[in-house]
Amino acid sequence: MNMSEPLIRIEGISKKFTGRDGTETTVFENLHFSVDPGEFVCLIGHSGCGKTTILNVLSGLDQTSSGYVFVGGREVSGPSLDRAVIFQSHALMPWLTVMGNIAFAVSSRWPEWSKDKVRAHCQQYIDLVNLTGSEKKRPAELSGGMKQRVGIARALSIQPKMLLMDEPFSALDALTRGVLQEEVLRICAETRQTVFMITHDVDEAILLADKIVLMTNGPHAKIAEIVVNTMPRSRTRHDLHKHPHYYRIRNHLIDFLVDRSKAFAGDSASHDPRHPPLVTPGLDPAEAAVSPAGKPLVAVK
Amino acid sequence: MNRLKSWGAPLLSLLILLGMIGVWHALTLPKTAAQTVDSEYAALVGAAAATGQKSAFPSPADFGRKIGEHLSDPFYDRGPNDKGIGIQLGYSIGRVLAGYLLAALVAVPLGFLIGMSPTVYRALDPFIQVLKPISPLAWMPLALFTLKDSAVSAIFVIFICSVWPMLINTAFGVASVRREWLNVARTLEVGSFRTAFRVILPAAAPTIMTGMRISISIAWLVIVAAEMLVGGTGIGYFVWNEWNNLSITNIMTAILAIGVVGMLLDLMMAKLTRLVTFPE
Repeated sequence: MNMSEPLIRIEGISKKFTGRDGTETTVFENLHFSVDPGEFVCLIGHSGCGKTTILNVLSGLDQTSSGYVFVGGREVSGPSLDRAVIFQSHALMPWLTVMGNIAFAVSSRWPEWSKDKVRAHCQQYIDLVNLTGSEKKRPAELSGGMKQRVGIARALSIQPKMLLMDEPFSALDALTRGVLQEEVLRICAETRQTVFMITHDVDEAILLADKIVLMTNGPHAKIAEIVVNTMPRSRTRHDLHKHPHYYRIRNHLIDFLVDRSKAFAGDSASHDPRHPPLVTPGLDPAEAAVSPAGKPLVAVK
Repeated sequence: MNRLKSWGAPLLSLLILLGMIGVWHALTLPKTAAQTVDSEYAALVGAAAATGQKSAFPSPADFGRKIGEHLSDPFYDRGPNDKGIGIQLGYSIGRVLAGYLLAALVAVPLGFLIGMSPTVYRALDPFIQVLKPISPLAWMPLALFTLKDSAVSAIFVIFICSVWPMLINTAFGVASVRREWLNVARTLEVGSFRTAFRVILPAAAPTIMTGMRISISIAWLVIVAAEMLVGGTGIGYFVWNEWNNLSITNIMTAILAIGVVGMLLDLMMAKLTRLVTFPE
């Protein structure tokens, strides 16, 4: 595959639901964006703008009403082992052990592998997510954070072309979430994995993402703009807020979520849905003029 | 305190048992006053019982002696009307297992199909709803007429009564497998055969086993009645035969044996259910 070619290209997708009374609701429409190989892209928007639907469309579990999704130049026609999904609810099978859950994925990917080979391959990913020693435990014996680690190991173990994450840390407490975010950052740096992630959490997006796609409120949700994270990729949770770009980006995102996501009118002449504007608030000193204290510093739900 | 907790319940059970035996014993004590009674009745129940010196209802001691007798030689066979209680129970258990396993062979795959396909579910639902409440014994004459064999008819009756709980529970278990587990299988491109055996079956197994546990209890309830009707062998026939012999102690021994075997069957199924149950 040509590396300059985006790994995922989304062209004009929309989703319509028909209610019981026959009225048609358009959740989102005419979305265009792409994800390059090795890129970490986050999608932020309020509940109801169809974030999970977009992820399900990318994974092949759901269909669009119109538009096309291309992965590696080919149109998506259904679920594929090339795109691993990390579910919000971890979706582990409670009757299998940690090893069993991952082995189920590995032996689905490589059915011809011997038991020993599958086991050795699984162990590698169990070690990667720091679950060494818990191989024989069942999901009921694991904490929420550990369960999601298994979910991550299961997704990575099939060596997918890309990872799709649906708010993977939203069910976890703040401390566990922080630890897991750092691990994802480390694993992505090690494996050069392409990731598309949905989140509510502005700080999570700034920490993890190279690009942050901002969606307006549904119905008729659109992509308002794409924020480029201009901070170096070596950022960590501890030094993130010391970087001069941090509050500029953060203020920009929160501004958007609080005010502009409602008011945004996509039909203005300057807005081209085919090429949503790429913005770099981190490089814009005007953003810093807004005092962080004057803005809500909580993640917007 | 902990000692009392672990010993309290069995001790109380034992006291209740002793209390019941005591009351029973007191009620069956021989009376002293002699009465004159009908000579035919006396011939039937024995002179001592007929004159009221001894209760016609056996005392706990009689019952205990009878149980000892049966336990000392449970498998004797002295002709069609005189077989040991062990042999009779063996016949009944054999019939129950045959009918039950046949029912499982039909109900589990069919339940799987019904659970997987809403169309099949809607198509078969009216039949199930009509057939399910029919007393299994109502099928007996039809079975005797078409199968022309009383032993096979008894097995058919067991089959028809065990099939419904298994069928309904399997369908319900399969239909309510969590969407997210199926989505995991879909994103891993797992084929439908592997999904059925590796995801749906283990996920639905506890519900299926619950249906199988209900079924075996019902089958054991029904076999006694079925054997009373078809006769020949089995614990149900034994009870009816001893009623004709007016041997109350034998009937009571059989009742106790039926209860104990029923409990063992249920315990066995409970253990199997625990094997496939997973904590959420």
